[in-house]
Amino acid sequence: MSDAAGVIHDIGYQRYVGPRLGRGYVFKSLYVHGLRTAFGLGRSAKAKIFPWFVLGVVFLTGVILAAVKAQVPDAGVTYTAFVDMMAWLVVFFVAVVAPELVSRDLRAGVLPLYFSRPLRRSDYAYAKLVALATAVWLLLGGPQLVMFLVAAFSADTMKQFWTEVGDVGQGMLYAVLWAAVFAGIGLLVASLTGKRAFAAGGIVAVFLMTTPIVGVVSVMPSQTAQDLALLFSPASLVFGVGVWLFGSPDGNDSIGPFGPLYLAVTIGIVAGCVALLQARYRKVASS
Amino acid sequence: MTLIATESLTKTYGGRVTALSDLTVSVDPGIVGLVGANGAGKSTLIKILLGLLAPTSGRARVLDLDPTVDAAAVRARVGYMPEHESLSPDLSAAEFVTHLGRMSGLPRTAARERASEALRHVGLYEERYRQIGGYSTGMKQRVKLAQALVHDPDLLLLDEPTNGLDPAGRDAMLALIHRIGNEFGISVVVCSHLLGEVERICDSLIAIDGGRLLRSDNISAMTTVTDVLAVEVSEGTDLLAARLDLLGLSVRRDGRLLLVPLEDDATYDRILAAVAELDLPLHRLDQRRHRVAELFATREVTHV
Repeated sequence: MSDAAGVIHDIGYQRYVGPRLGRGYVFKSLYVHGLRTAFGLGRSAKAKIFPWFVLGVVFLTGVILAAVKAQVPDAGVTYTAFVDMMAWLVVFFVAVVAPELVSRDLRAGVLPLYFSRPLRRSDYAYAKLVALATAVWLLLGGPQLVMFLVAAFSADTMKQFWTEVGDVGQGMLYAVLWAAVFAGIGLLVASLTGKRAFAAGGIVAVFLMTTPIVGVVSVMPSQTAQDLALLFSPASLVFGVGVWLFGSPDGNDSIGPFGPLYLAVTIGIVAGCVALLQARYRKVASS
Repeated sequence: MTLIATESLTKTYGGRVTALSDLTVSVDPGIVGLVGANGAGKSTLIKILLGLLAPTSGRARVLDLDPTVDAAAVRARVGYMPEHESLSPDLSAAEFVTHLGRMSGLPRTAARERASEALRHVGLYEERYRQIGGYSTGMKQRVKLAQALVHDPDLLLLDEPTNGLDPAGRDAMLALIHRIGNEFGISVVVCSHLLGEVERICDSLIAIDGGRLLRSDNISAMTTVTDVLAVEVSEGTDLLAARLDLLGLSVRRDGRLLLVPLEDDATYDRILAAVAELDLPLHRLDQRRHRVAELFATREVTHV
């Protein structure tokens, strides 16, 4: 303490006369801060290791797939298939990053400092959610852009080029779905505890523990049950929507006539997560 | 302008626990001490003033704004230093305070500049790029104060700012608060359960107990007529008391001390003369400001 008690420099205090920006600016600042935190920017080297590792893997995969696609056009490499391939990596990414975004603030007790400012509680939750969703979308969408650029420059005709544009558009849309579901569930689970290890475990559990249910339901004798099996885990749910919208990647997955149901459940889950997250932040202690 | 005004402010939790009960108080700008024992309702009052809690009944005004209606406007002009640990350990003080400055609406560059300024004013300039996790308790308290100052508020609400500090750190923190109130032109409300601490720096005091107002007044009004001289002699205290009584001074005993009201400078001479005449060994003679604590009816409020 003796050193900290130190010298108080005697230079006069100056009042601030500049602008005080409004809600939009504050929201954007918190969003950018969250996005930077997700990739460890502005943080210690240790915090960068995992996000950068994941980034490296997805981009490396993207480059390899782009090369394969350019050499063997019939290899069945599609943009949506890339997203499916990366799903589990993204689960782990969310499990690490979501607690960084919200559990840390809970643990350190920083929330009273946020909520004693003009920032609204709902804005805090939305900014964090959008930041995490953007981070996931960048992971899934960035490599697709690489794949697209390689394909676009090696396209022989304009027709091929436009097909490519259509395909990458599908892939990006698919990535948005993944980002929304993963970010919604991940952030909700993480916002329940200040302990990052618990939060990470909880997020992985939600995705892992539900996978066996899908397996069990999908071997039931009823065709309807098999068609609905993918509903029972968040990851396979989004996959099911993909099957409905873009077709089954290997032709073996069937969702029957339930495509709209899959989409509705997906939207319902995202909306539910957002609603619960908002409820959580309305209640969370402000002192 | 009235800094803070409340009218029959009442807050009950779940209809059973009463945190504030019919509190009506009005204070002018300056340094205001808000004293009361733990659980007296200080933190509840602060949260209502910040618009973080809605009062059960009654009204509150802060800087002529209603925090239940205009919470954002109030919070833009108020800086809050919470009682508990509230810092991100993995960030440097400079980053942390800059970020919170932006959260108050300061543009990028302004936030960075004002964060440096605020940290300099609290005496953390050299250490500001170190991670907060490695700071001492005293330094953390200073970071908390800096984040409350970064957006240049008109009012600071400090909840137990000296908590966990050693005596030297306590004095430094109080000196800093005194400086903020007097030189920075920012009004300050200091919450404390230690009356003896806040009375040194405050212009006015609000004392609450069990959610009720005990007293609210200017320090000067409470202490103008209460300056006393404390006399201590190694022996013959009774003798001296009798002699001073004879001289027409109203003497009061407080343990081994004799307390004599200080009427004018001649009082010193009369006491000294009396001691000399009786040839008693004088141990001490000093002026003490009457402890404000003694002015409150309920003594348990304080642990002075």
